Amino acid sequence: MSASADVAPLPEVSTATQRRERPAGTLGRRRERLAWLLVLPSLLVVLLVALYPLIQTFRLSFTNTRLASARTPRVVGFDNYVDLLREDAFRSTLWHTVVFTVSSVFFETILGLAIALVIHSNFRGRGGVRTAMLVPWAIPTVVSASMWQWMYHDVFGVVNDILVNRLHILDQKVAWLANPATALPAIIAVDVWKTTPFMALLLLAGLQLISTDIYEASLVDGANRVQQFFQITLPLLRPALLVALIFRTLDAFRVFDVIYVMKQFAPETMTVAVYARQQLIDLAKLGRGSAAAVIIFLCIFVFVVLYTRLIKVEEM
Amino acid sequence: MDNGSASPVTRLLAEALTGRASRREVLKRASALGLSAPLVGIMLSAQAHVAGAQDAEPGSLIEAPEGLPDLSGAKINVILGQDGPVVPWEEAACKKFSDATGCQVTRTSGPESATERLAQYQQLLAAQASDVDAMTIDVIWPGILAPHAVDLSEAITWQGAEYFDRIVNNNTVNGKLVGIPWYTDAGILYYRTDLLQKHGFEAPPQTWTELEEMASAIQDAERADNPDFYGFVWQGAAYEGLTCDALEWQVSNGGGVIIEEDLTVSVNNPQAIASFERARGWVGTISPEGVTTYKEEDARGVWQAGNAAFMRNWPYAYSLGQASDSVIRDKFDVTLVPKGDGENAVHADTLGGWQMMVSAYSKNTDAAVAFAQYMTSREVQKSFAIEESRLPTIVALYDDADVLEANPFFGSLKDVFLGGAVARPSTVTSDLYNEVSTAYFTAVNEILTGQASDAAARVAQLADQLQGIVSEL
Repeated sequence: MSASADVAPLPEVSTATQRRERPAGTLGRRRERLAWLLVLPSLLVVLLVALYPLIQTFRLSFTNTRLASARTPRVVGFDNYVDLLREDAFRSTLWHTVVFTVSSVFFETILGLAIALVIHSNFRGRGGVRTAMLVPWAIPTVVSASMWQWMYHDVFGVVNDILVNRLHILDQKVAWLANPATALPAIIAVDVWKTTPFMALLLLAGLQLISTDIYEASLVDGANRVQQFFQITLPLLRPALLVALIFRTLDAFRVFDVIYVMKQFAPETMTVAVYARQQLIDLAKLGRGSAAAVIIFLCIFVFVVLYTRLIKVEEM
Repeated sequence: MDNGSASPVTRLLAEALTGRASRREVLKRASALGLSAPLVGIMLSAQAHVAGAQDAEPGSLIEAPEGLPDLSGAKINVILGQDGPVVPWEEAACKKFSDATGCQVTRTSGPESATERLAQYQQLLAAQASDVDAMTIDVIWPGILAPHAVDLSEAITWQGAEYFDRIVNNNTVNGKLVGIPWYTDAGILYYRTDLLQKHGFEAPPQTWTELEEMASAIQDAERADNPDFYGFVWQGAAYEGLTCDALEWQVSNGGGVIIEEDLTVSVNNPQAIASFERARGWVGTISPEGVTTYKEEDARGVWQAGNAAFMRNWPYAYSLGQASDSVIRDKFDVTLVPKGDGENAVHADTLGGWQMMVSAYSKNTDAAVAFAQYMTSREVQKSFAIEESRLPTIVALYDDADVLEANPFFGSLKDVFLGGAVARPSTVTSDLYNEVSTAYFTAVNEILTGQASDAAARVAQLADQLQGIVSEL
């Protein structure tokens, strides 16, 4: 919010006598009240669209409510949570989510950094390359997931065609999405393909903030390229890197679309969000589905706290 | 288009194509212009095509049945099929009803995904909304929606028509008829007549063992020319369709219907387990390894490209396979899904299809019931069968010459519905059916993909899960 907005209505208090008699407290309080007043609308909106559903989800997660059911809902305490954590199927969805998050974010960061460094350097056609790089990110996930589903197809997919018929790397066609061993890695590859550009973009913004003077100075001091990267680029890129990591981790942990489009409710790739959707919509179990949603929320909450701590430490 | 500036030939062609010039006129003007015979032929066939299409305006075959009440002044809202090619026919049907009764009908399309549609209905009905008077419901929903439906058990008798017992039973929950059967569906086996003949098989397979033999023999031979050829394609993804396929395997092997009428969980039996193990044996041999991710359209994709000898699918794939651009046109036929070899083995086909339900919260119950009766009447079903290839639910229509002329394969399906069509255990498990089905297809999918290497142990675990669900009923 702009500072001029809260200064404008204040002239009547700013006489010298008042200020001397009453310490800064009054002004401070008034300013604070005004600040609250100004923040109020957005606060209400946040309460309405974010907090209310959140509280409702928490509340539902302690009941056995069902959608459009003749059964009367009952409060069941922590039963939904206990059942979920005891259930193998749910624990494996948690595991898939963690595997998906860690590996996709890892590869996206490495590849994104490499791409950012390349397009940060000066070369002919840099604008074209930057635009081209963004194409996977610009395609809606549902479209790209369907596209990859066909590309991975065991009988007429282009991936098998290239690997088997053209490059002869494999002797026979692989059912990438059907084979439980390759399904999750195949989906992670799609996510990496799609989201690396986003990572590269965020890191590129970070790189552009680093002043070229520092590099020139290090050249004078006789630093080589590798030293420059580890001593200058990486430390100065850290804030941007952390922000990018937070974005991606939170996004990846809630992954739904790419998995739902490619494998729906297949047990070997189901993530927590897909599980929650199955419970909430397909099985109309609002209670249990809400409990699963709350577990995602709590996991993300922990991530956020850890990351913000990390950033604070950085700032110190 | 500005015809004034076009040459007489183009103008004539345009008029022939849009059907504005009659056959006689095309001939007369073409000869006056001295056009070549092939060109005149093209024009005539274009003219005939357009004229034919105009004849077959959707719903033109619908005759309003006798005995509809006078409902002048009434207004009803109905939710029918999804947006797509069927809409013009349904709109015509609604209009005929309005003309006959004076009741104004507003038609809305339902969501394409059955899951979303059910969620929408549940929200509407949970709110006791009177906005919708009648709607179509899937064959697995009567148990879920029964509390919100008007009993139609008397309404169904108005024409004295005989509906398939199995469907009527499926739609009856505690003596209440939740929906009148509108059109139906059943799993059927498609086979390539040309390939069976080429490789020396005289008749389609009767048992799964025969199917395996034929599929692997044909596959081995065809692979020489076409490395992407497979013996048998079906639906193996973890979704409702797998419940349908797997139910056929176990019932055809004498393995029961997952949960019996009296709520006994019967799935944990040797025949059922054997049928799942048999199906696991197909994956990566006579069926593509990817079959465990296939839904209806994936299977049809392989089949209609000419890359499979057999396919298990619903009847909709028939008219698509006979389309003019299909490479398998006139090269395939349909038969019953094979049975097992054991003692209680039977041909089993999972029952699908849609019913007309009347909402208990309708303020125009009389008009809504009359509409449901009309849509499911002999006359309207006949038009639906001829014009849109929908399988009737009235037994006598399978002997109707007009229906059979339009859909030659319907004759063989009559026995399916009279005999083997197996209902999923949706009515007995009422609003928990989706949970039952989800537990079931997840377990079967894990067996098929090998994630559950011990089928018997996985089925025992499934039985425990189902027992837990049933105990909540």
